[in-house]
Amino acid sequence: MQMTPEFFILAIVTIVGISTPILLAALGELVVEKAGVLNLGVEGMMLVGAIAGFATTVFTGNPWVGVLAAAAAGATSSLIFGFLTLSLNSNQVATGLALTIFGTGVSSLIGTAFVGRIVPQFGSIFPPELARDPILKVLFGYSPIVYFSIIMVVLVWWFLTSTRAGLILRAVGENDLSAHSIGYSVIGVRYLAVAFGGAMAGIGGAYFSLVITPMWAERMTAGRGWIALALVVFASWRAPRLLVGAYFFGVLVYLELFAKASGLSILPSQFWAAMPYLMTVVVLTLISMRDRIGLNAPACLGKPFLPAT
Amino acid sequence: MRIKLEKRPEPSRLMLVVTPIASVLLTMAIGVVVFDLLGIDGFRAVVDIFISPILLSYKWQDVAVKAAPLIIIALGLSVGNRANVWNIGAEGQYIIGAVCAAGIGIAAGTTGGPLIILVMLLAGMVGGTAWATVPAALKTRFGVNEILTSLMLTYVATQVLGYLLSGPWKNPEGRNFPATAPLQPDQTLPILFPGTTVHLGIAIALVLPFAFWLLMSRSVFGYQIRVVGSAPNAARHGGFDSNQTVWLSMLIGGCMAGLAGALEFAGALKALNLGFPSGYGFTAIIVAFLGRLHPIGVLIAGIVLAITYVGGQVAQTTVKIPNATAGIFQALMLFFILASDVLVRNRIRIIPSRKSAAAAVRGE
Repeated sequence: MQMTPEFFILAIVTIVGISTPILLAALGELVVEKAGVLNLGVEGMMLVGAIAGFATTVFTGNPWVGVLAAAAAGATSSLIFGFLTLSLNSNQVATGLALTIFGTGVSSLIGTAFVGRIVPQFGSIFPPELARDPILKVLFGYSPIVYFSIIMVVLVWWFLTSTRAGLILRAVGENDLSAHSIGYSVIGVRYLAVAFGGAMAGIGGAYFSLVITPMWAERMTAGRGWIALALVVFASWRAPRLLVGAYFFGVLVYLELFAKASGLSILPSQFWAAMPYLMTVVVLTLISMRDRIGLNAPACLGKPFLPAT
Repeated sequence: MRIKLEKRPEPSRLMLVVTPIASVLLTMAIGVVVFDLLGIDGFRAVVDIFISPILLSYKWQDVAVKAAPLIIIALGLSVGNRANVWNIGAEGQYIIGAVCAAGIGIAAGTTGGPLIILVMLLAGMVGGTAWATVPAALKTRFGVNEILTSLMLTYVATQVLGYLLSGPWKNPEGRNFPATAPLQPDQTLPILFPGTTVHLGIAIALVLPFAFWLLMSRSVFGYQIRVVGSAPNAARHGGFDSNQTVWLSMLIGGCMAGLAGALEFAGALKALNLGFPSGYGFTAIIVAFLGRLHPIGVLIAGIVLAITYVGGQVAQTTVKIPNATAGIFQALMLFFILASDVLVRNRIRIIPSRKSAAAAVRGE
């Protein structure tokens, strides 16, 4: 195999593709956690989004409508979690797990009707001369969702650090009782954050079923929702670092694909398949050793809001 | 009129028992409606899933075989969950338990003798415990979130199994199928009733809940777990070391999951293949909560969940619902049980609106 420029450009395009759904889901979860809520249902919401996006695209023939449906389905499923944890104060960890089990089951049930179907692809948003150029496609050759994900990194970062609404959201996550006493609706803000997280996870899931493999397969997100959760910790709850983390994870998965395709690896393929998950454990440990992440985590993360009425 | 929640000074014991039963019944009711909407005979589907395994006596052994690993894993997990330690990687510990038991079995071959099965079970417990050591050590030493690490290691465990089956342990007479050779006769668990599949592991699953009950209610350790879970500040002042609690609950969870894996392998399957990771480690989380984290509750909940597994297979053939449906029911049960916690902790007061209250005062 030759290390030509084309080889590297193909590698970059592949890595960006792998990273995008994790980045989307992690951005959503970042906002949820900044509001003080820990939703472990990301994997389930991604699967719900994946099947909703796929089914809608099959019926309408339009992947854009599919992505909207995925966002709506992700948000709707997240509101089950929201109702239980925010209105009924149920345990967030257990409820998030339930949402993942639920989403896995629902997507498999609906998905049985769509096995073997194929969906139309997104067109390129740039002129084909740019999108197909062997060199320039490194900038112009991606699915529209990829550009959306990068715009969202900037928007979420700007929202959290520079807007009044972002400040309120962070206040709710850092000190819910104070935010409540100033007169902000803690539960209202958290509901909105949870729904946003669900919508983003849904779009991330749709990226699997509409872009990566435009076919339906059970459990097609393969644990990437959990990686997204790990990524938020890795990023110390900062949006720009999510971008770095997601692309780093993409490189790890690419190494697996490369090792398999090239046949150069002396190590078994299962080693490479386990690598991204092992590295996630290693990286989480390194991060925790360096800056005791507890300091950066929102102070109310995972705790129910119990005002003294 | 409006509804108000009042915090109870003590959790309601009545509600602790009533709500799990109500959750199962509600799930069945919703099932009837949803299946009818999907164009399937809903009543028939729910009867097949929840009732038929109880009525058909030849299904009892299937229920018992499925309940055993669920109960054993959930017993271990419920200890941790009580202390707010979240081991969600039991599936990985379950896989490694079976892998270690298989390793002993394969290494011993025909030379084992009658005690080999004990060594295999021990190896399973050691393997599951070792797999849980990693998240426990990372949590206590560096504060790494145990939820994420224990889950990541499940994916690693699946790959370990895949690697062993793809080469080193592949049955040479297995037509290149990724599975181990079947166990020697003295390496399998004894069958309790001749002609059935009811193996010794099921007896273990029936006895262990009572052992855990004693452990949790009578020992200092059980007291420590309960205090750490319900009053963490008091526990700190009382001198209970939180790291020690994490260690013990993770290791017990791993040990039980590893034991369940070894029992399932040596008792039910007798050979490992890629289908071994069947999600018991995740379903056990539901079992733990449906059983209200109480050992006897776990025993009953394990049987209920096993019924839905077996019934799901029945309904697959009778009303042609996909296999995934059982998972949806299991998740619904968990949703309901978590939602109903609000009734355990609170009393519901219906407060009449001002107008009718005023009317009542005037004696109208």
